[in-house]
Amino acid sequence: MQLSVNGIERSIEAPPMSRLLDVLREGLHLTGVKEGCGEGECGACSVLIDGELANSCLVPILQVEGASITTIEGVAHGEKLHTVQQAFLDHGGAQCGICTPGMILAAIALLEQHSNPTLEHIKEGLAGNLCRCTGYMRIFEAVVQAVRP
Amino acid sequence: MPRKEGARKVTGQAQYVDDLKFPGMIYGATVRNPARRGNIRGIAFLPGVPWDEFTIVTAKDIPGKNYVALILNDQPFLAGEITAHGEEAIVLIAHPDRYLVEEARRRVRIDVEALPCVDSLEDSLAGSLNGTEIIWGDNNIFKSYFMNKGDVDRGFAEADLIIEGDYETGAQEQLYIESNGMIAVANPHDGVTVWGSMQCPYYVHKALIPLFGLTPEKIRVIQMETGGGFGGKEEYPSMIAGHAALLAWKSGRPVKLIYDRAEDMTATTKRHPSRTKHRTGVTRDGKLVAMEIDFDIDGGAYATLSAVVLSRGTIHAAGPYSCPNVRIRSRALATTYPPHGAFRGFGAPQSIFALERQMNKVAAALGLPPEEFRRRNFLHGGDTTATGQVIREKVDLDDLLFRALELSHYHHHRDTFDRANPASRLKRGIGFATFMHGAGFTGSGEVALSSVVTVEATREGKVRILAASTEIGQGTNTIFSQIAADALGVDYSLIELAQPDTSTVPNSGPTVASRTVMVVGKLVEAACVGLKHKLIFSGLLEPGYSSVEFAHAAAAYIDRIGPLRASGEYKPPPNVSWNDETYQGDAYGAYAWAVYVAIVTVDPVTYEVRVDDFVAMQEVGKVIHPVLAMGQIEGGVAQAIGFALYERVAWNNGRMANGQMTNYIMPTSADLPPIRVFFAENPYAYGPSGAKGIGELPMDGVAPAILNAIEHATGVAFNHIPLVPELVMESLLAR
Amino acid sequence: MRSHVPSYELVVARDLPHALSMLTEGFRPIAGGTDVMVLFEAGKLAHKKWMSIRGLPELRTIDVTPDHITFGALTTYTDVRRSAIIAAEFPLMIEAAALTGGIATQNRGTIGGNIVNASPAADTPPALLVYDAEVELTSPRGSRWVPYTQFHKGYKVMDLASDELLTRIRLPRKFASWTHFYRKVGTRRAQAISKVCFAGVRRGDQMRVALGSVGPAPIFLENSDISAISPIDDVRSTARYRMQVAKNLMEEFLHASA
Ligand SMILES: Cc1cc2nc3c(=O)[nH]c(=O)nc-3n(C[C@H](O)[C@H](O)[C@H](O)COP(=O)(O)OP(=O)(O)OC[C@H]3O[C@@H](n4cnc5c(N)ncnc54)[C@H](O)[C@@H]3O)c2cc1C
Ligand code: FES
Ligand code: FES
Repeated sequence: MQLSVNGIERSIEAPPMSRLLDVLREGLHLTGVKEGCGEGECGACSVLIDGELANSCLVPILQVEGASITTIEGVAHGEKLHTVQQAFLDHGGAQCGICTPGMILAAIALLEQHSNPTLEHIKEGLAGNLCRCTGYMRIFEAVVQAVRP
Repeated sequence: MPRKEGARKVTGQAQYVDDLKFPGMIYGATVRNPARRGNIRGIAFLPGVPWDEFTIVTAKDIPGKNYVALILNDQPFLAGEITAHGEEAIVLIAHPDRYLVEEARRRVRIDVEALPCVDSLEDSLAGSLNGTEIIWGDNNIFKSYFMNKGDVDRGFAEADLIIEGDYETGAQEQLYIESNGMIAVANPHDGVTVWGSMQCPYYVHKALIPLFGLTPEKIRVIQMETGGGFGGKEEYPSMIAGHAALLAWKSGRPVKLIYDRAEDMTATTKRHPSRTKHRTGVTRDGKLVAMEIDFDIDGGAYATLSAVVLSRGTIHAAGPYSCPNVRIRSRALATTYPPHGAFRGFGAPQSIFALERQMNKVAAALGLPPEEFRRRNFLHGGDTTATGQVIREKVDLDDLLFRALELSHYHHHRDTFDRANPASRLKRGIGFATFMHGAGFTGSGEVALSSVVTVEATREGKVRILAASTEIGQGTNTIFSQIAADALGVDYSLIELAQPDTSTVPNSGPTVASRTVMVVGKLVEAACVGLKHKLIFSGLLEPGYSSVEFAHAAAAYIDRIGPLRASGEYKPPPNVSWNDETYQGDAYGAYAWAVYVAIVTVDPVTYEVRVDDFVAMQEVGKVIHPVLAMGQIEGGVAQAIGFALYERVAWNNGRMANGQMTNYIMPTSADLPPIRVFFAENPYAYGPSGAKGIGELPMDGVAPAILNAIEHATGVAFNHIPLVPELVMESLLAR
Repeated sequence: MRSHVPSYELVVARDLPHALSMLTEGFRPIAGGTDVMVLFEAGKLAHKKWMSIRGLPELRTIDVTPDHITFGALTTYTDVRRSAIIAAEFPLMIEAAALTGGIATQNRGTIGGNIVNASPAADTPPALLVYDAEVELTSPRGSRWVPYTQFHKGYKVMDLASDELLTRIRLPRKFASWTHFYRKVGTRRAQAISKVCFAGVRRGDQMRVALGSVGPAPIFLENSDISAISPIDDVRSTARYRMQVAKNLMEEFLHASA
């Protein structure tokens, strides 16, 4: 089956119920997609499917046939970090880093919906992405700073 | 200064253990005791999977000693004849098909003949007192301490008022978002190499030596990027490394053993549940004259680190107060739960919770505002702590308290809530806690560790730090680089960190106890100073050099003289003495001091408590990296809010029944108040650039601050955490 | 992943007739997968033959007529939250959707899945119950509309035959002027499974109340009689707590809507 990942067309062979998570990590070596729980709770496996935030641990591969997937590996423009990545780096949004790829994708999805989000938007938009290290404050700060002109 | 490995983390390039793959690698799984404590009667491999393709390991296959070397060496890698708890590993299996491994795991039948269980501190104590059920050693006691200062009986005789209180805290899961995992390659010829998620490479190293009966050089432990630890990857990784290595040894192939969330939550260690009894004597004018504290923790089925957790809890039990007469008895007791272990704060959050609730109770009994009662008893320079340690640093708790109360508008809110609450449906309250946390190993611990850090220059003019201290998110890499850059007078970008690998880095000790910056950072500083002096004494470098000149000089040194390296070795600060027998003396080189204030709302319809605002005011020496420091405090406060209000381990028949992120409730981004962090600076003479430890501190004072606020809001004294809504309801209804 | 992935079948339903014919061949539907895949991960998905219905556009529409709004079973939480007409006339649906999981779950989880998964703790059923929803069940034999209050029969027991698909849900447009009240009690504010979920609407002395997590299935209270609930103890909470909070919420609702 075919899908587009970070702008590149890929053909995949995998059992149809394989989790998108495993196909990305094992089949395509996109190990920036993390597994934190496998049950949709933590958001570490977040990716964008046709621009929408999704937990790749809950998506059977057959459901994304023909879809366009963005993982953390596809967020930067070459060497230049995405503004959200840069803001996470500058404002301490990443500590251990395991939640970070998913958190950044959730933040990007949030900013697609709300280009100038309030703190409440940010809290809600990231609530499906658990972080045990930061207490979220630096992450909020990073998102706020990412959209500062 | 951006986080050293930050770019790798925000781009998804950082390599965690599960991201590694080896040719020919197979997948391991652990089969655990399906019952509870008992005699293992048989193991059957049911048909339905091709067992001949599997590698199978039981206790009988262990080439060396079957114990996880730590403190008491009582815990086996694999239970053989007796199993002590319901999550104990008994059989290991591995196969190239990771899905088949799971299928196979369900087809191992382990027959266990039940033995009696001990499910509570009470039952464990009863066993120890009357010999009813002894499940560990002679008396179910892993460790006990007795600490005495002054004459407590006389103190009580002089007291105008004696107040008693009972306090309890529950188990708490560390819940790092990266679950535990290891990959091992092992054979008699090359020895054993493991890659994994861990805090303490040399703990793993120490445990693998007897397991395989190999010499230390034959064991190699490499830390991969580690997705959080919080103490949960201090001791248990040794177990997993051993399991992966046993499978690799037997199969001759690389073995990956990664826990899924459910296994990580149910089988690995959690914070020790505790019970504290306080008896406090005060004079009518509000001076402490006697404190008697009984502190018990539930160690679970094996000793693991309980003795050390208990030690820290014991030493912190009397807090930052000056009391002439203190008696503390403490015990770590055996039960038939899976072993409890290290978790940020290491016993201190438990005993400080009890103390700071008790202090409010005593203040109320005296008719004094809680802040005033504390002020009358704060430790000052020259006073002695409960261990008899004379406080030599400049401590100004009055100032911290004053500032924290100002920043939180404490008095204003207290009055407003007092006026509004009677007529309001939602009840609001404000409360605080004052506390301290000792950094580094207790007493003589650092001397015994005698940690070493090495730095070496490369021909390109970079300086590489070699240490076994791990980056687990707390910022080790960044802070070490910063310390090194400062000490060397070169640019931050020139500093590199060697991957912690026991075959190349010296033992700088475990990454625990808030010791990494204060203790190991000091060694980094010393090593860098040594390196700089070598260059200067060699005549290749003049003081006042630039980064470029440094690089040239280093290259010249390497060409002409040879490798350019220097090491720093631990030396205790002067005038420190500690007596392990009496538990008296200088418990820690330095303490961090703090006052935390919480504002809460209690909803009497749902009995839910929400924290609305949180002020964390602390003195941690010099703050080396404000962004990292704030991140540490905020993260700790968030975990501690979970400890106080949300995170309940539901035990069922000796097992965690809610071992899923959906049923074990850690706070999300929508649940936390603004966490407002403030530092008072007071450089510590023996820390690098004046820094003290910081990592564990924020875990200590949050829960009592919140429960003090809840008492203010509701008038009900809650003394048990996690204070989940069900408990709030029972108490409010009983009122 | 505790399941043996290769031994599961998954096919894509091309259109509704195809989906219906596959049902008769023993395939079960996966919509958003946010319930099915969790069981799969845990090694608890006994059934092995699945079909994805997620791509059926005919089940993802929101239609408005003068008397009803009718939406497809595949309508996601995100779709609900973006619907102006639902916000205007059925605000409890919006609240329920906004309080479900996090954004990723809302993007994929469907209302049909929430209903047929039949968790006692599901959060949209109480809202659907008070809004007097009807559900359309379709099989190769044809379609029938069933009042939602009659749909849940017991723990995971429904008025749904094995060859039937839940295709649409319709709500009568008569509640716009009522007072609407919704409380999800789940301890944390996102990613929470309800310990008690309460929905109520009222106009004068007309009142409709439904709850989740207080019995084997979502329950509509005939005569708004709160004593009809039968909560239990489980890993998430206690029967006493659920009972008490349900009573408190009833009072709160009466008070707020008075
Ligand atoms: C992290 C997380 C958080 C969650 N939070 C909440 C929450 O707060 N509140 C809540 O109520 N739920 C919650 N859920 C559960 C879940 O998201 C919802 O129940 C969701 O609506 C299910 O829809 P789905 O399309 O994903 O169902 P699926 O998983 O695709 O299917 C669920 C069941 O319904 C059947 N089914 C689906 N569609 C149809 C149909 N049209 N006809 C017949 N049968 C059908 C399937 O066969 C299956 O048995 C959460 C889940 C996760 C993973
Ligand atoms: S791994 Fe997918 S949500 Fe946690
Ligand atoms: S940075 Fe570690 S979990 Fe978020």
